[in-house]
Amino acid sequence: MRDYCLVTDLLAARTQMAMSLGFHIIFAEIGIALPLMMVIAELMWRRTGDATYLELAKRWARGTAVLFAVGAVSGTVLSFELGLLWPGFMRLAGPLIGIPFSLEGFAFFLEAIFLGIYLYGWERVGPRAHLAAGFIVVASGAASAVFVVLVNAWMNTPVGYRLAEGGTLIGIDPIRGMQSPAAFPQALHMLLASYAATGFAVAGMHAWVTLRGHPSALHRRALAIALAVGAPAAVLQPLSGDISARLVAETQPVKLASMEGQWETRRRAPLRIGGWPDAEREETRLALELPGALSLLAYHDVNAEVKGLKAVPREDRPPVAVVHLAFQAMVGLGSFLAFVALWVGWTISKRRDLASNRPLLFALALATPFGYLATEAGWVVTEVGRQPWVVQGVMRTSDALTPMPGLIVPLMLFAVLYLGLGAVVVSLIRSLVQETTVS
Amino acid sequence: MSGALSSIGLPEVVAGVMVLALNAYVLTGGADFGGGVWDLLARGPRRAEQRQLIASAIGPIWEANHVWLILVLVILFTAFPDAFAALLIVLHIPLTIMLVGIVLRGSSFVFRSYGARGDATQRRWGRVFAVTSIVTPLVLGVIVGAIASGAVGNAASMLPARTGRTADAMPSFHTVFIAPWLAPFPLALGALALAMFAFLAAVYLTLAARDDVMRDLFRKRALAAAAVVCAAAFAALILAFDQAPDVGRGLMLLKWSLPLQATTGTAAIIAIWALARRRWRLARVAAAAQVSLILWGWVLVQYPLIVPPARSLRDTAAPSITLELVLWGCAGGSVLLLPALVYLFRTFSAPGGAEGSAVHSATE
Repeated sequence: MRDYCLVTDLLAARTQMAMSLGFHIIFAEIGIALPLMMVIAELMWRRTGDATYLELAKRWARGTAVLFAVGAVSGTVLSFELGLLWPGFMRLAGPLIGIPFSLEGFAFFLEAIFLGIYLYGWERVGPRAHLAAGFIVVASGAASAVFVVLVNAWMNTPVGYRLAEGGTLIGIDPIRGMQSPAAFPQALHMLLASYAATGFAVAGMHAWVTLRGHPSALHRRALAIALAVGAPAAVLQPLSGDISARLVAETQPVKLASMEGQWETRRRAPLRIGGWPDAEREETRLALELPGALSLLAYHDVNAEVKGLKAVPREDRPPVAVVHLAFQAMVGLGSFLAFVALWVGWTISKRRDLASNRPLLFALALATPFGYLATEAGWVVTEVGRQPWVVQGVMRTSDALTPMPGLIVPLMLFAVLYLGLGAVVVSLIRSLVQETTVS
Repeated sequence: MSGALSSIGLPEVVAGVMVLALNAYVLTGGADFGGGVWDLLARGPRRAEQRQLIASAIGPIWEANHVWLILVLVILFTAFPDAFAALLIVLHIPLTIMLVGIVLRGSSFVFRSYGARGDATQRRWGRVFAVTSIVTPLVLGVIVGAIASGAVGNAASMLPARTGRTADAMPSFHTVFIAPWLAPFPLALGALALAMFAFLAAVYLTLAARDDVMRDLFRKRALAAAAVVCAAAFAALILAFDQAPDVGRGLMLLKWSLPLQATTGTAAIIAIWALARRRWRLARVAAAAQVSLILWGWVLVQYPLIVPPARSLRDTAAPSITLELVLWGCAGGSVLLLPALVYLFRTFSAPGGAEGSAVHSATE
């Protein structure tokens, strides 16, 4: 009775969740990394007395204020949507995943308190207290990201319970649940993604302004700080990705097979670049195949056996094409960022000026959205790649769905809301970056 | 009742912590919403100044105040997952309206503070901020009313026991998803919540104001809001006897009802007296006490139920390992949190709020 229209309630709910997370994740990443740049700028100002650093710190603080607020309210929406859309999941897993969520709540609390002090306290607290407030914002922002990712890691590799008759969890151990196999790889990958994406986004915007013919001390310093945050993270991210991929191979072989469009279980499995996985015919066409490379990457052994999608029934497979394409996009975009980061490192090691290297500035400007696009793609890989499960092997997404009908309506409502908010934020950020006068 | 009180265990303690967090949200975040009400109602030649006062009073603290709501929600789904699922299924529509209000209130506030400097743009965001500040308290009150009346619990019991399944005979959409909250009693509680938040905000603003004229202005508004609070509370009580008889009985006929009513009434009278005599700090304490007592009155009326008429705290509680961890987490978190909150409020409590702040430098 629930499939009366083209968009089923399950699809509407999944889309709404994907959209809400996809919207929030960008603001969350900015909320993790932008305060770090803001604090570095203030630290440089206090050290050198150079007013351009102060101007940068204040400008980034204003950006943080707007983006943190949007992140906070969109995060609030998400915490409610867990129950509005997936009450079955929360009833099953709430007592287990609620503990990291509570810790996240406290970390977020500290972040909000000290951000208030930082933003409004320039003339109310002493210089040391002001800087310290900034550092607390940086640390608690990273901590809250880690706690939230622990929840997602548990959904991918659940531990700390026994499965009872009727699919409920008994003998739960929430502390054990926080140490699921995916916890460390995913937390590391998310933190690095936040610093890389935001570092490159900020650097890209200032590179773009510099290219358009406004090279100034302010943009030069902004570039340097943003790249100091973003470039090391972008270089480390492929290594972190390797840790994640090996874990996925071990714990979620169907997800790995979807990422690679691997249908047959085989040794010396090839790495596919591009290609279109055809779920009907159970084959991946038009891909460039590197023999044995997938076995090598996933197990560090060319002859290792990689499980294929055909090993599980059709109803246990995710939408393979989406996962495969998203994975390709993530790796491609991430590799480009790592390449530009190395280029930046090489330029600096040769003691050449970043701000007058036009090809490099152009590459940076081009890469402005790449980190966020890679984040979205990576998130699609991990979430869509887990389908049809909401908790891998324990609960199907369809069994978690609310009985509320007509979910297309809230989906449309939030789509309009987020589109509007996104447009306003983009125009605000544009005016912040392009401001040339010192306020 | 003494029998129930003597059986206090982990679920009751965790629920107590949750209500304390809700109480903190009402006194802080609630007042921030109340500030939006006075922004909307700003009148007279100094209305821009009134709005500026409100903005600088809530600017540094509203994000932190908002987190109390998240904390309540997280404790609810961690410690009482079955209650959480029932509430969020049946109250899908009002909660969604509330979320839209929260999103637009928060973002319009920062857009106004940090956005383009054009007067028209700022006015537009100010209007959104003010209107959405009214929606959220209203819906919060409606939700509390719907829960207290037992309508949410009744609707939840008509649904299939497991999600993802369809019942043989699903009741109508209206019965489950609309009727429980779109009724006179919940709406009266919505009005009460809005009036209480506006009352709190006006009382706090008398302390934040920088001159006597402004102080007197918010004193008048606080007194007017106090009258509306009394009227809404009275209306809710009358409606309760008809539509939520357990609430009505609990508020008037149990053995602790009269002492509770008397204490709440005394706090209200002290608040009004203190406002009349311009004893601002006393007024703030009494107003906060009055509003908190109304909240705890609701909690006591439905104790030990979490989703009346049938689901108790015990029935819906998570395993005790989870409850213990929640308490440990809250204890550890408070050690960090409470000093930080005291520091935040001290930093910005001097008259003038966030003078010379980001708001000023961004808007002037």
